[in-house]
Amino acid sequence: MNRSRLTGSRLIAIFLLGCVLLNYPLLPLFGGSAVIFGMPLLYAYVFAVWAGLIALMAIVIERSG
Amino acid sequence: MQGGWLIVVASIAYLGVLFAIAHYGDRRADAGRSIISRPSVYALSLAVYCSTWTYYGSVGRAAASGIGFLPVYLGPTLMMSLGWFVLLKMIRIAKTNRLTSIADFIAARYGKSQLLGGLVTVIAVIGTIPYIALQLKAVSESFTLLLHYPEILMPARGEALPWIRDSAFYVALILAAFTILFGTRHLDATERHEGMVAAIAFESVVKLLAFTAVGLFVTFGIYDGFGDIFTRARALPALARLLSLGGPSGSASGWFALTLLSMMSTLLLPRQFHIAVVENVDENHLRRAVWLFPLYLLLINLFVLPIALGGLLYFGVGGGDADTFVLTLPMATHHPGLALLVFIGGLSAAAGMVIVETIALSTMVCNDLVMPLLLRLRWLGLTLRADLSRLLLSIRRLAIVAILLLGYSYFRAAGEAYALVSIGLISFAAVAQFAPVMIGALYWKGGTRAGALAGLFAGFAVWTYTLLLPSFAKSGWLPAGFIEHGLFGVALLKPEQLFGLTGLDEIAHCLFWSMLANLGAYLGVSLARAPNAIEARQATLFVDVFRLTQASVGAGLWRGRARVEELLPLLARFLGPERAQAALAQYADSRGVAKVALLQADADLVHYAEHLLAGAIGSASARVMIASVVEEEPLGIDEVLNILDEAHQVRAYSHQLEQQSQELSAATAELRAANLRLTELDRLKDDFIATVTHELRTPLTSIRAFSEMLFDDPRIDLADRRRFLGIILAETERLTRLINQVLDLAKIESGTAKWACTEVDLREVVAASVEATGQLFKARGVALEVALPATLPSVVADRDRLIQVMMNLLSNAVKFCAAEVGRVTVAIRREPDYLWVDVVDNGPGIRREEQILIFEKFRQGGDSAVSGKPQGTGLGLPISRQIIEHFGGSLTVDSDPEQGRIGARFSFSLPLAAGAMPT
Repeated sequence: MNRSRLTGSRLIAIFLLGCVLLNYPLLPLFGGSAVIFGMPLLYAYVFAVWAGLIALMAIVIERSG
Repeated sequence: MQGGWLIVVASIAYLGVLFAIAHYGDRRADAGRSIISRPSVYALSLAVYCSTWTYYGSVGRAAASGIGFLPVYLGPTLMMSLGWFVLLKMIRIAKTNRLTSIADFIAARYGKSQLLGGLVTVIAVIGTIPYIALQLKAVSESFTLLLHYPEILMPARGEALPWIRDSAFYVALILAAFTILFGTRHLDATERHEGMVAAIAFESVVKLLAFTAVGLFVTFGIYDGFGDIFTRARALPALARLLSLGGPSGSASGWFALTLLSMMSTLLLPRQFHIAVVENVDENHLRRAVWLFPLYLLLINLFVLPIALGGLLYFGVGGGDADTFVLTLPMATHHPGLALLVFIGGLSAAAGMVIVETIALSTMVCNDLVMPLLLRLRWLGLTLRADLSRLLLSIRRLAIVAILLLGYSYFRAAGEAYALVSIGLISFAAVAQFAPVMIGALYWKGGTRAGALAGLFAGFAVWTYTLLLPSFAKSGWLPAGFIEHGLFGVALLKPEQLFGLTGLDEIAHCLFWSMLANLGAYLGVSLARAPNAIEARQATLFVDVFRLTQASVGAGLWRGRARVEELLPLLARFLGPERAQAALAQYADSRGVAKVALLQADADLVHYAEHLLAGAIGSASARVMIASVVEEEPLGIDEVLNILDEAHQVRAYSHQLEQQSQELSAATAELRAANLRLTELDRLKDDFIATVTHELRTPLTSIRAFSEMLFDDPRIDLADRRRFLGIILAETERLTRLINQVLDLAKIESGTAKWACTEVDLREVVAASVEATGQLFKARGVALEVALPATLPSVVADRDRLIQVMMNLLSNAVKFCAAEVGRVTVAIRREPDYLWVDVVDNGPGIRREEQILIFEKFRQGGDSAVSGKPQGTGLGLPISRQIIEHFGGSLTVDSDPEQGRIGARFSFSLPLAAGAMPT
């Protein structure tokens, strides 16, 4: 029970993190015309954060047994 | 392409494959070996979220607004991280209450209201029709394009073909036929379609593979990798704008609105609800889906931007409909095989969406709209018909055809004016209207039927006015004037700038106003009146679903009389006679009753029957039907609340019990410790008594021995007699002293000793003691020196007790000093808070290990070599220490014979009397 409550809290934290990282006003900080590895910074950022969130979710939930 | 037939045959063949998978899945399910009992299959089936909107529309959206296509997929990702709570709760509620659609879910929560179920159904159908139209548009456009290969003939805008030659019409019919095959072959009480889920999971893989194939082809086939496309795009100003935020990608409010909308749609679109909640086989599958579904979304979006940019670069900006780039790029580069694969992928996406959506909608239309109406029409005599299950299936089939034709009509009416994504967003905004009542259903017990009706109606009305009607107007179906100038020319009523609100795009604008109206009405009306009995009951069943067992509340909340002979025909009417009989037989079996006829029609059975019916015709209608054969005694709100309270109390009791048992075990541990201490004390007491009796026996033995000698031998001379009598006397005195001291110690230890505390001058105490023991010193020839300060503050103590201590120390000192050379010094020292009295002798000293022992009872210090037979009682020092400690001081000994120091020093301290003045 405690363990699943911890998993729940972690998932909520991931949700809040995602809400902040993938929204205004943080998003425009990466919204310029800069380029990273030949990719527009904006796309690299959004996809990286997105993949990161999914990885976190997978780790948290698959570890909870 | 000359082979129009090839496309048609390939399409039908692909749908046939899907159907074969579904058929196989159903057969496996019937055999009890489900092929969808894997978490990955559940996650893949959730990807029915990706329709042709994603497949064709995302590229179009990206070509027009850059990153603006993404919030629609970020929202579900965020939602799934909450899915662990929200989705799990929805699944649990739907399972325990046998809810089979979102309309059923909402209706059941707010008091099993048929009206509410009907309203949700109407909103869902009207709201989803644009979405279905989107699929028809995408498939028919891609079909037309492919048909004219190698020419790329963009469909002419605004020039509609007659419906008989319109491919979209046939697409609608074919999809309707397949949906009927998939979803309505037989009636299932749980509305589960395992085979369909398997087909959807397969379909999800196909569309992902097809889209990725095009993506790879465009990125690495036409261009030279991601870097190449982006470098070329940056060279063109029109394209460079798409790579950064701002401008065409929309505003902060638009981004936020899209994220929010898609979050809600992930769970509230009828097809998403159906797949995620109704078709869920095992709650544990959710674990995998929470991250696998977002991963799917990420993968299918990887190539959207490269394809969009590639298309814009290839055809030039404005050189083609970006919604079709996925198909036109392979066509333009002459890869007919890939183009056909793309078409099949798109068909797959459309078919998956349409099949699940229309099955979900047809269930709602049948259970929550048509059946309640038909059952009300008494002249149809439906309530008397023996078997209605065929009628139910027919209604659903008709509903499927009707919904697809409605979709087609919308496509004809408004479809041409909009890009794919814009059409879809209209639907998203419609189903978002379910969010307040849905969230309220899960977490708030105060929501009422009237509140839910008001909220839904208000939100739906605002949506219709601000989004749906303008979409008609823009396609020329309605006069455009009311958009430009507002209704009746009132500028404040302009549907896209309601009450003068500007600065938001149309979606954000509609979302804001509709949510405001929806939430406001829902909360306001709900709060105006307390929930009635059935609302309170359903609220508890929903909100507390994880804490209540169905048996504890469901059946407990019903009271009335029913007869099995009436229930069985009722079930048979809707489920078919065999299924009804089987279900009741199973129930009888679980209750240990041999035959159905012997079943008691108690609250449990009625509840079970209502559940079965709810699966077939929805919870609201089921309730009405059950009520028609059952004499129900209505429960008042007070009774319902009492029963719910009882359920709560049972939980509280069990919690209390747990707490009490914890306290009990703590108390037990304490008792055990106390018992241990008592045993120890008991042992000490036994030791004490043994020692005391031993000490008593020694003088008694000697008294007895000398008395016997005197008694037995009358001829003992006088001198001996006197000596013997002297010993007897001395021993008797010792005995008396011993008994007095034992009593004294017992008194002090038990706290019953009487203390006569006064201000005492220690010098006087010392003087008195010295005088009293003077004879002893003289007798042994031990010198006594007394060194007293001139002035001394007084202490508060019992003078007699202090003299007792002093005399004990003095007599000990004299006892252990050698005769004639012995020397004892008495001194008083002063410390800030204490006075110290030292009694120093020059005897043999006390070894370190003995220094503790001498303060124990009946332990005597000193070697018998020096002092001979112990002369004391062994209680003097223990008593002295008790006395001194009673006055707040301490009694210590300082001696170190091992280091060659001579003698011992006994010291006791007494605290100064507060505010004592030197005297």
